[in-house]
Amino acid sequence: MRLTQTFIGTLAFIAVLLMPFKGTASDPHQEEGGGKFDPKELIDSHVWDSHEFHIADWSGHPITLALPVILWTDNGLTIFSSAEFHHDNSGTHVVEANGQEFVRYREHIFYADRFSQEKFQETSTMGRPFLYEDRPLDFSITKTVFSMILVSLILLLLFSVAARHYKKNKMAPKGVSGFLEPVIIFVRDEIAVPNIGSKYVKYMPFLLTTFFFIWVNNLVGLIPFFPFSGNVTGNIIFTLIMALIVFIITVFSGNKYYWKHILTPDVPKALYPIMIPIEIIGMFTKPFALMVRLFANITAGHIIILSLVGLIFIFETAAISPVSIVFVLFMSVLELLVAALQAYVFTLLAALFIGQAVEEHH
Amino acid sequence: MTGTLAAVGAGLAVIGAGLGIGRIGGSAMDAIARQPEATAKIQTAMIIAAALVEGVALFAVVVALIA
Repeated sequence: MRLTQTFIGTLAFIAVLLMPFKGTASDPHQEEGGGKFDPKELIDSHVWDSHEFHIADWSGHPITLALPVILWTDNGLTIFSSAEFHHDNSGTHVVEANGQEFVRYREHIFYADRFSQEKFQETSTMGRPFLYEDRPLDFSITKTVFSMILVSLILLLLFSVAARHYKKNKMAPKGVSGFLEPVIIFVRDEIAVPNIGSKYVKYMPFLLTTFFFIWVNNLVGLIPFFPFSGNVTGNIIFTLIMALIVFIITVFSGNKYYWKHILTPDVPKALYPIMIPIEIIGMFTKPFALMVRLFANITAGHIIILSLVGLIFIFETAAISPVSIVFVLFMSVLELLVAALQAYVFTLLAALFIGQAVEEHH
Repeated sequence: MTGTLAAVGAGLAVIGAGLGIGRIGGSAMDAIARQPEATAKIQTAMIIAAALVEGVALFAVVVALIA
């Protein structure tokens, strides 16, 4: 009995894992392209950001949650719903708003009269164009921004429940706070205290926020159905901002020993022309490495899982699916570990850099 | 052609990172076997070193993705 339940549970779990991909094989856009399955398109649509939230496909029609498009254009602020594009991503459907016309091409919004596909192909790197004069500034609530707001709300809810519990009773924690307390203690005793030292209290709010925000965002990115699945930590702009915050905190909490170490290191004077530039470059490469590490780890994990699922559609046979499912399951479990590990590594290295900046002379 | 070359480059980066992380993991195992009471400290140092090696490998992967 128990075994049957476990078996059915596992089947249901696998079904849920594969749910968002089910529609892709019969996607109408790919039918137009000769019915050929394009794994790159599948991966791109799941990994990169988007102006609408794709939920499922129902008999060839995509069901999406339209998110607001907020643009800063030549005529000022322009807001309209992304549903007005009617799922068009090829730059053909023109939307008129605030006296201007817009088209969308591969999730980039252009002024309709200035858009040309050839120019896009020529100037883009990784499908990202640099045609700033042809595009309005895009402040839209995209899928990533939506997920980020969602995770913030989840964290706010969890921590306010825990805080209320601590306010009410002085007993050993239970429930939500019972789950959160060991993690908070872990961040304090394993990350903050050994790396920052006695001044750790000032940096605890930042380290805890970083750890939980990255961790929960990683986990939410692994859940493959609406309203989750936004790839927040696999977005290089997100990791850029996180790393920038670490950089700013490090620079502004640096004491005189930190600056002395950079500007007048303990080496012969003849080596200064080499050492000082290296130390200054080092200030920037550390947060840069933080940025790339988190982005590449999470993006790589998502791409591997999607590629393994894509194998079924590439070989166009169900015989490959057991292999695919076993590997996807394995990778998903590994990604659960990576989600926590990357949050830990990011927080640990942030604490390490801050620790170097506030360290007293020894 | 550049795509194939990029894939070869990514593979080479993976060899390097594999060797590096393998050595770190192996040495950490040795160290833990010798001094089990220092496990926590060794693990932290191991993860930091592994993260640094992995960071370099991921630079290569990102370059391969862009190419």
